[in-house]
Amino acid sequence: MNANPVPERIAEVWGERTPYRRGDTWPRRTDSHLEAGVGESDVDRWVQSACVLCSNGCACDIAVKDGRMVGVRGRETDLVNHGRMGPKGLYGSWQWNGKDRLTRPLIRRDGELVEAGWDTAMGLIVRRSTELLDEAGPLSHGFYTSGQLFLEEYYTLGVIGKAGLGTPHMDGNTRLCTATSAASMKESFGSDGQPGTYADIDHCDALFLFGHNMAETQTVLWSRVLDRLAGPEPPVVVVVDPRRTKVAEAAVESGGLHLAPLPGTNQALMNGLVRELIVNERVDEDYVSAHTLGFPELEKTVEPYTPGHVGEICGIDPDALVRAAEIFGTAERVLSTVLQGFYQSHQATAAACQVNNLHLLRGMIGRPGGGVLQMNGQPTAQNTRECGADGDLPGFRNWENPGHVRQLAELWNIDPMTIPHWSPPTHAMQIWRYAEQGSIRFLWISATNPAVSMPELPRIREILGKKDLFVVVQDGFRTETAEFADVVLPAALWGEKQGTFTNANRTVHLSEKAVDPPGEARADLDIFLDYARRMDFRDRDGDPLIGWRTPEEAFRAWQECSRGRLCDYSGLSYGKLRGGSGIQWPCDQERPDGTERLYADGVFTTKTDACEDYGHDLLTGGTVSAREHKALRPDGRAFLKAAEYTPPPEEPGQRYPFVCTTGRTVYHFHTRTKTGRAPKLRRAAPEPWAELAAADAAELGVTDGDLVRVESARGGVEVPARIGRVRPGVVFLPFHYGYWDTGGEDRPRAANELTMTEWDPVSKQPLFKIGAVRVRKVEG
Amino acid sequence: MHLATYLGLLHSSLTTLADAFRQVGRGHGEEPDVRQTCLLLAGRIDRQTEALAPIVERYGEDREQEPERLHAAGLEGTRGGGVGLLRDLQDLYALSSFTDITWTVVGQAAQGLRDRELLDLVENHEQETARQLTWLRTRMKQSAPQALIAAR
Ligand code: SF4
Repeated sequence: MNANPVPERIAEVWGERTPYRRGDTWPRRTDSHLEAGVGESDVDRWVQSACVLCSNGCACDIAVKDGRMVGVRGRETDLVNHGRMGPKGLYGSWQWNGKDRLTRPLIRRDGELVEAGWDTAMGLIVRRSTELLDEAGPLSHGFYTSGQLFLEEYYTLGVIGKAGLGTPHMDGNTRLCTATSAASMKESFGSDGQPGTYADIDHCDALFLFGHNMAETQTVLWSRVLDRLAGPEPPVVVVVDPRRTKVAEAAVESGGLHLAPLPGTNQALMNGLVRELIVNERVDEDYVSAHTLGFPELEKTVEPYTPGHVGEICGIDPDALVRAAEIFGTAERVLSTVLQGFYQSHQATAAACQVNNLHLLRGMIGRPGGGVLQMNGQPTAQNTRECGADGDLPGFRNWENPGHVRQLAELWNIDPMTIPHWSPPTHAMQIWRYAEQGSIRFLWISATNPAVSMPELPRIREILGKKDLFVVVQDGFRTETAEFADVVLPAALWGEKQGTFTNANRTVHLSEKAVDPPGEARADLDIFLDYARRMDFRDRDGDPLIGWRTPEEAFRAWQECSRGRLCDYSGLSYGKLRGGSGIQWPCDQERPDGTERLYADGVFTTKTDACEDYGHDLLTGGTVSAREHKALRPDGRAFLKAAEYTPPPEEPGQRYPFVCTTGRTVYHFHTRTKTGRAPKLRRAAPEPWAELAAADAAELGVTDGDLVRVESARGGVEVPARIGRVRPGVVFLPFHYGYWDTGGEDRPRAANELTMTEWDPVSKQPLFKIGAVRVRKVEG
Repeated sequence: MHLATYLGLLHSSLTTLADAFRQVGRGHGEEPDVRQTCLLLAGRIDRQTEALAPIVERYGEDREQEPERLHAAGLEGTRGGGVGLLRDLQDLYALSSFTDITWTVVGQAAQGLRDRELLDLVENHEQETARQLTWLRTRMKQSAPQALIAAR
């Protein structure tokens, strides 16, 4: 394999083009980056892994020299990235093992965090945990985790919470990034599980990106699109985004469209698109009658959403809507992708379901180029969903189905009553509310930084700071959140531990341990296992509840749990993953090489005894009962779910005249805990900013670089202004930035100072993309 | 014909129900989902009340008879804490059930009168009531264990 050092990926984010024709294979190209002064021949070992810094999950090998990570190289045989890497993967994955890692546990003594041994730290956790179990029972415990751990760790944590403690209060920051993706698939197809695949980019002739700034969020996937666009027979691209992004520009150049609806109005737009398909008779009637349910209600619901009406609600040109629907309705192979512009906005699940509906109406699911990708923000976020460390039961099981609960109880050899299944597992926003009210008194936070990532930070800080809330923080760095902890546990990071993970493409990768973690830091798996051992969780026969000790043993346990379910891993193994590179579940005896697309036969996971969820009313989130579900006789047919548009909970007015929308930047990830520590990425985007439309800036008397205060009813930030290309009336704030690297300067700069505590009724994903704000220049 | 009596009852119970949803929504502003959903449902009940107007015009409405016994009592105020939330949602559940059965009774009359417009309205309403009750049940099921066991 010849790995060429690639050109600078900071300016050249997507790299040089390797054009290809529709239906061809995306050409391979190996991107690599090594520390200055290190050549290929100096590398001692290349260790197989995949990047965890966005939901693409690019396969790569880690270069190790003298026991240190010194670089990465894309795996060109992998189906996800064909050897490519983006800036975060190249410069951010491995460069953080510098000075400021956590190397010893910390405990709070007289208000200060001081170093302690593992025994002392774990002893404190176990003592508090036991006290609370005796006093108030498992409902006093909450776990807030990440989208950054490995499958084996999530599964183990899931078993601890659900079978050991018996608490329903487990969720991850995946609630902020991917909950709507899962929810929309459960509503439409009966279960989580991505129908499409990244290879649909190779085959499509129209590509729709709904609230998905792919150029910044999944740079390598976007280079695949750019390569299609640069080759013969390029697809037509349509983009829905309130900002004029690179993706939007590419759409216009491709002969497609950029639709920029006002934030908060996606559902009106989607109803309009669906209506256009119906009135122009672009519906595949055979498919709809054979494979779906709910068409009459859908038709009735979208009826009022004429192009004119939609144009008014969304503030767009009605002709553009008509044209977009025509592209969708006439293309032979349409691929749609959906992300945060929909997921973190008003009526998130309803709007994402409408994307599924467009595909169902055209019978365009499960075949090359005709895919839907309900994306997520991080690759291993998929694993929280599969393994039950978030608000789901492991293996896409249905908490309302006693048979599913019994299966788990048998697998774990425990009383089914232990598994909390009386109502949906508690979602993150509710976990925080219970902590605020004082009924959750033990909160274990792993691999995430809610003091920067949660909405309405002043409130989150107050909750974290509560005296009667015992906070455990497990992370690689002393984050903004760790500062509030009672106990801080130093965790190994990527490259320092072994495990597998899945991406939005259902591709499972093995990430090997390349180097030892610094100091006394431990793999998250080992930490969870240590807690389970010290708590002495036991099964019905009095044996230890958790019988595994290594990642590979945990993986095998998970394989049993997933057997026969949609996310079947039974045909995989560490050995198989180690030899090859990236296999898509379901993978079992019949499908030993994995499965590229789901639902090719039009049979969905909606049988009442198999489905993960019976569904919800999209307007209120009220749950459909098992009886109602059965009465509908879905029997493998998909649901065409409908909902009218309702105005968002907060709209701009006199006091707060702008809509604030938040989002990501290409160089950073999460709260910059990792990427902010990679010098190249840090230099590329050291500081947050507020992007304003030129007309708005002029009216406010603001020029490029002026310090402005953006403020909602909840809080504000003070950041430099950038005259950008948001639509007028809209302000954009990137939301990665916190406070660890401000050098003592104390002006507020985390976008979530001002976002609101509101969430989608079905997916419970918070509304980061809308909120009324005012803007003023801060006089220097 | 006594339909007017029931139309009067329906009218006032819808108004009461919408008010009650608004009140609970406002009173539990700390629970954003409760606030939002209550306001949303109140707005939809208002729409039904409006849709009732032509029917009332046709048959009249009698709001005078037996006011004490027939009127659905509204809420006095909202309560605090987890159990308070549960109790308030339960009151809404009772009010919503009251309008539900009132609609059923009116629907029976509509059948007898072969009044298609009124029948349509009843049918549409049934979905709305189902939505209210489903949401209330879902939210109460979610809250109950924490409020009854873990809250201090
Ligand atoms: S595209 Fe995503 S997964 Fe791939 S290298 Fe970049 S950050 Fe990592």
